[in-house]
Amino acid sequence: METPHINQERIKKFLSEGKRFDKRKLEEFRELEIETGVSKNAEGSARVRLGKTEVLVGIKMNVSTPYPDSPNKGNLMVTAELLPLSSDRFENGPPKFPAIELGRVLDRVVRESGFIDVEKLCIKEGEKVWTVFIDVYSINDDGNIMDAAGFGIIAALKTAKIPKYDEKEEKVLFGELTDNPLPLAKHTPISLTFHKIGKDFIVDPTREEEDISETRITIGSYDGNISSMQKGEKASITLEEMDKILELNEKAWKDLFKKLEKFVK
Amino acid sequence: MAAKTFKRKDGRKPEEFRKPISAKVGIIPNADGSAMWQSGKTIAIAAVYGPKELHPRNQRDPAAGILRCNYNMLSFSVTDRIRPGPSRRSTEISKIMEWALEPVLLIDKFQSMVIDVHVNIIQADAGTRCAAINAAAMALAHAGIPMKSLVSSIAAGKLDKTVVLDLDKYEDSEFEEGEGSTDIPMTFTPDGKLTHIQIDGKISKEQLKQAIELAKNAAKEIYEVQKKALKEANKK
Repeated sequence: METPHINQERIKKFLSEGKRFDKRKLEEFRELEIETGVSKNAEGSARVRLGKTEVLVGIKMNVSTPYPDSPNKGNLMVTAELLPLSSDRFENGPPKFPAIELGRVLDRVVRESGFIDVEKLCIKEGEKVWTVFIDVYSINDDGNIMDAAGFGIIAALKTAKIPKYDEKEEKVLFGELTDNPLPLAKHTPISLTFHKIGKDFIVDPTREEEDISETRITIGSYDGNISSMQKGEKASITLEEMDKILELNEKAWKDLFKKLEKFVK
Repeated sequence: MAAKTFKRKDGRKPEEFRKPISAKVGIIPNADGSAMWQSGKTIAIAAVYGPKELHPRNQRDPAAGILRCNYNMLSFSVTDRIRPGPSRRSTEISKIMEWALEPVLLIDKFQSMVIDVHVNIIQADAGTRCAAINAAAMALAHAGIPMKSLVSSIAAGKLDKTVVLDLDKYEDSEFEEGEGSTDIPMTFTPDGKLTHIQIDGKISKEQLKQAIELAKNAAKEIYEVQKKALKEANKK
């Protein structure tokens, strides 16, 4: 269901007075809840609830040949699916733009931040490396699937265990996991999205708020470094606004880092 | 009979379900109805959207509503990752689900409309279609779709010479002793009618009858769990 025009106008009016329908502050996230190990056949998995929004993230691994331009590095693949189960807006069929963009933006958050030490995923240079598959599924879409998925990816990766590998037979023993965690960096890349509505910027929009977002900026950052960014939708932003977003990002990053630490160390 | 000496790998008796069995209704706020079904390590979630207008128009049935099921396994639900998206297997199971559910639905009045049931397998350890049907039946009831009753689904089967209930993944795909493994997923109405049956393997007429009887009794217990979960959701 599209958000009715009358609600859209109301949300804008509220925001211009600094208010939101659910009484949150403009820079306030909904309640975050993360559960790990929710799918036992996965190498790592997480369920994230952000208010009414829910996503599932699973990690699977397999051994494959490296890309010619990175013979000593493991591969990474992030796929996102917006399940028809999660909203009447999503349909069956080949992935449409929102799902494709979601997967690609999240891929860059993980890849560009160097969160996974891909060189340690090399088994035999030029021949065999681990591929890490990160699969994201929406379960209930009430806005901001993007950030929720980012949190889920961190939690799933941090709790994942590498499967056993039979070197003689050269095959992965699926279903049997070692105690070895993935080679992860010490820093935590957190992906956060800022939406512009009217003159204001908000975080963690509900579905209704997302519908009237004029433009959004998703920033992947860690310890003061920005490693990925995506601007979506049509409106332009001024450089002053960009400064403001970067400032908001720093605050929100600290806030979310604390929240994430409660669920995964 | 061999039944007395036969031991299942996980220590269950031949006529024993996998544990835990659990059900929850109302798990997806966006949906008109939703439910989760867990049998052992197999977990299915279902969401119902509709009745709603069917597009494209040429698929509409002016005489009755249409049930449309969509079965999907999450890529990481199995040990060996599956490629996301539909497969021949998921297409068949989606249709099997529709056939299993249609006999109890009273949707003649929803002319030209469609009821979508989306089921996703979060964690798989065999018996996913049964879990999918159990979750779907609860989700349809939760959505308030007129129904004669629920349906309850469970597999019986045969391991070597012994008739057993509710095969797990090892029993279904790796067990090779003697006559091997036979899997018979079935779906029952509460008054004991079959709305779905499939057989994979090899079984005699007598043992098939035994297997059906075993599953029919087990379906009654499943029905009670489904009913309880629906009542709990309605209390809220």
